[in-house]
Amino acid sequence: MVSRAEQAMRRERPEMQTGEGTLENLVCEASVEIKNAEGLHMRPAMKFVDVASQFECEISVSNDEMKADAKSIMEMSMLAATYGTRLALKAEGAQAQEAVSALKELVEVRLFDEPPPEGVGA
Amino acid sequence: MRFQDFVCFEGTIAELETVERDEAIEALVSGLAEVGRIPKKVSAEIARAVIDRENEASTGMGKGVAIPHVKHAAVKNVVAAVGQSEAGIDFKALDEQPVYAVILLISPANNPDSHLQAMELVFKHLQKEKFRKFLRQCRTRERLEDLLKEADEDPSW
Repeated sequence: MVSRAEQAMRRERPEMQTGEGTLENLVCEASVEIKNAEGLHMRPAMKFVDVASQFECEISVSNDEMKADAKSIMEMSMLAATYGTRLALKAEGAQAQEAVSALKELVEVRLFDEPPPEGVGA
Repeated sequence: MRFQDFVCFEGTIAELETVERDEAIEALVSGLAEVGRIPKKVSAEIARAVIDRENEASTGMGKGVAIPHVKHAAVKNVVAAVGQSEAGIDFKALDEQPVYAVILLISPANNPDSHLQAMELVFKHLQKEKFRKFLRQCRTRERLEDLLKEADEDPSW
């Protein structure tokens, strides 16, 4: 049973609506750290959007101030995530887990195919 | 960061005389060199670098705006010039639509954070339909300067 308060909350936040206990409800969250020297400038942001767009799920990326749609290049650029910034990833939908692990790899393992700061090993 | 901290209003071109992407970029870069915001001797080199960057991946983010940019050691602080085109320029934009406002950004080579902050501000405003509409309606340098300063002063923008 879903409480009345929860029902009201779901009405206000339609993205939280669940679909009768199917795989559609998968939620996956992770924190990632920007490790390339130049931060999340336009080229990395585009790579991020490209990877995110391959998955069937809603993905958000948040810093302390805002939440961006991982599939929008403008919103991702607005995060202005510099080296060392931590971002919270949240994916909801059938491929939530795959999406989060692919994005985490892009950011923290591949470093968007960019160099780390001088003197820092990849 | 505010627009007036890095937009060079004297280097603004209210109506670009060309509809060619590369010529528009060259005109904006020369404009910045004319008013002394970038050294004249590296003007051609910077224009080339911006065009090369653009060829790599378009900065035409859709909705009629493009933000060609490059980092260069010759600038100490981020500097931007805005060029408007009523006819529209083919920037090979993501949405394949012509570009009516070009915001050229030259950032220092060793300060990635200031580059990101300038980009953040530009995108924060470009996200808004009202801002894009007003931007497109600016047909003079003065109007454009007023719009950007208003956006700086009024948080509701």
